[in-house]
Amino acid sequence: MSRHTLSVLVEDKPGVLARVSALFSRRGFNIESLAVGPTEMPEVSRMTIVVNVDELPLEQVTKQLNKLINVLKIVELEADASVQRELLLVKVKAEKDDRTHVLELVQMFRAKVVDVASDAITIEATGARDKLEALLRVLEPFGIKELVQSGVVAVSRGGKSISDRAHRANDKSV
Amino acid sequence: MTMTEQITGAQSLVRSLEQAGVTDMFGIPGGAILPAYDPLMDSTQVRHILTRHEQGAGHAAQGYAAASGRVGVCMATSGPGATNLVTPLADAYMDSVPMVAITGQVASSLIGTDAFQEADISGITMPITKHNYLVRDAADIPRAIAEAFHIASTGRPGPVLVDIAKDALQAMTEFHWPTSIDLPGYRPTTKPHSKQVREAAKLILESRKPTLYVGGGVIRSGAHKELRQVAELLQIPVVTTLMARGAFPDSHQLHMGMPGMHGTVAAVGALQRADLLITLGARFDDRVTGKLSSFAPDAKIIHADIDPAEIGKNREADVPVVGDVREFLIELFVALQEDLKNGATPDYNEWREICFGWKNSYPLGYDLPDDGTVSPQQVIQRLGQISGPESIYVAGVGQHQMWASQFISYEYPNTWINSGGLGTMGYSVPAAMGAKVGMPDKVVWSVDGDGCFQMTNQELVTCAINEIPIKVALINNSSLGMVRQWQTLFYNERYSNTNLHSHRIPDFPKLAEAYGCHGLLVERPEDIDKTIEKAMTLNDAPVVIDFQVHRDAMVWPMVAAGMSNDDIKIARDLAPEWESGAQEL
Repeated sequence: MSRHTLSVLVEDKPGVLARVSALFSRRGFNIESLAVGPTEMPEVSRMTIVVNVDELPLEQVTKQLNKLINVLKIVELEADASVQRELLLVKVKAEKDDRTHVLELVQMFRAKVVDVASDAITIEATGARDKLEALLRVLEPFGIKELVQSGVVAVSRGGKSISDRAHRANDKSV
Repeated sequence: MTMTEQITGAQSLVRSLEQAGVTDMFGIPGGAILPAYDPLMDSTQVRHILTRHEQGAGHAAQGYAAASGRVGVCMATSGPGATNLVTPLADAYMDSVPMVAITGQVASSLIGTDAFQEADISGITMPITKHNYLVRDAADIPRAIAEAFHIASTGRPGPVLVDIAKDALQAMTEFHWPTSIDLPGYRPTTKPHSKQVREAAKLILESRKPTLYVGGGVIRSGAHKELRQVAELLQIPVVTTLMARGAFPDSHQLHMGMPGMHGTVAAVGALQRADLLITLGARFDDRVTGKLSSFAPDAKIIHADIDPAEIGKNREADVPVVGDVREFLIELFVALQEDLKNGATPDYNEWREICFGWKNSYPLGYDLPDDGTVSPQQVIQRLGQISGPESIYVAGVGQHQMWASQFISYEYPNTWINSGGLGTMGYSVPAAMGAKVGMPDKVVWSVDGDGCFQMTNQELVTCAINEIPIKVALINNSSLGMVRQWQTLFYNERYSNTNLHSHRIPDFPKLAEAYGCHGLLVERPEDIDKTIEKAMTLNDAPVVIDFQVHRDAMVWPMVAAGMSNDDIKIARDLAPEWESGAQEL
């Protein structure tokens, strides 16, 4: 199995998120992460879906997704041809003695402190999955009190936009 | 009508249905859908048939669509009315039946509050509809209805549900029927790629042992004539799946019959030993392929389907063709003709002879019971012979369904209607009702089992009252026969919960009479013909013939579930000899 990132353009209609996520579960796929938000086009939303799946079943689920009336376009973004980011908010124990050390790590990872309490610091970081995992590893020894992470959002490298690109499965926009 | 005329959402719904060309629909009113039933009463175009159960309305819409090719329509109220449509919707989704279901929903202000008779029917039916709508605004009704009919009837057909909040039905609105449909995410590919057509022709002409594997898509796209042209041009053997019975005449020499779990030896062999399957609107269902990994091991695959997701789903295609199967066959015929003109000399003689050998050696058959009781296969065979290929036959699910597929000779498309994919017991009577409404000049037979019949027979009342004279051949073996057959074969003849005692209770002829139908009884083989003939003359009301048949009859041939097609049995512990006359394989 391998990790695949799908960018899915959908009509901004009620129920569309349920349709997409239900389809994944019905066909037996676990979604690793799903992020959805508006796009440069009015009434079009974009979902970034990360799934861990073999090539052949991925093709099947992509074709099934394409059959949803509200799905406009599906593009698979390859890791090396796209920028992929997620957002992390983490609340780390930081008593007086540890505080300087934690702040150093925050700087090294180009993260940000967004809240400070007497016994803890809340850090915001964005980046690719590897970077965020590395940050968490170095923070772990101080004690992670709370952790929240967004899904991956991704965009292709280069000047072309998603609407110029070929589809992963059959083209619906002909 | 002026553009500013104010009407209710309910009136707008009825006008929309009229604009969509609806002449018949099936349903039951209730609280949330009540506003729609008021203007419906005044429609001179739309005949609404009041069924006795919403499931009956749904299957009736399916039968109507399957028999006539038009979109079937049903309507129900919110909550339980809507959930009773779930089985027909799932059935229509599996068998690609064009159907629109309209449901009332609680008022939009109450949605999400667990209001009386509230059910999230659009959520519930998401995985079993081609698409669905929840309409909260009266102004959206015409567009939703127009799109629903468009989606249901184009591409790969399927069911669409439109759920309309009660306040949207009551609100005042203007009626604007959309002049065009704008669905950017829905553009089915109907025209096949010409390169793929040429590739397909090449593969066919290179092959030595090709078989046309014909599925329900050929029926839905109306491609039976084009299929025959291609088959006859090159004299290629044909098999028709359960969903495709009637797509190619059973009387045709090239027809090997139905493949699959209860298929003929010739049809199973024609798939299993082929070197090329020309797959037309079929989907490599497990009931056809048996154990997938051992299915047609030497065959290359041409797979033509309007649904790209079917291609490569179960079996990889060497030549995938996305498009309408009728258009594909038209273009394929031209391409083949051209190749023949340019000197191609396909030679399938040997293969054909092998197939004909199987067909001659292993015809379908059955033994008459030696105790003088009635054989179910004989009843069904005689029914087909007496009523003829112009009639429509609508089956339930189980042994009688398989026998009706095997022993009635189908010559025309849309004369065989059944629940293939979902396998819904209780489908037959309401679907036959719908078929009769769609095709009133045809003789419509429901071929039903005693188990199935007891699930939905209340619709005989609907038939009697609305003058829909269907005929029911009740194959009464007093059992859940197919389950019993499996118990015989795989559970040491331990008949757990399959004895229905329906030779005693209910008294079906009396039940029929209580429902305003004719009730007839057959207990002896010598009464079969004359009772069917009598039923043929009774057209003032529905007829039910209770054929009390031998309960130990089994459906053969059989490929046991999960087994390879190579292990087909023509009777218990009896395998065909594949190689007799088939040395070349």
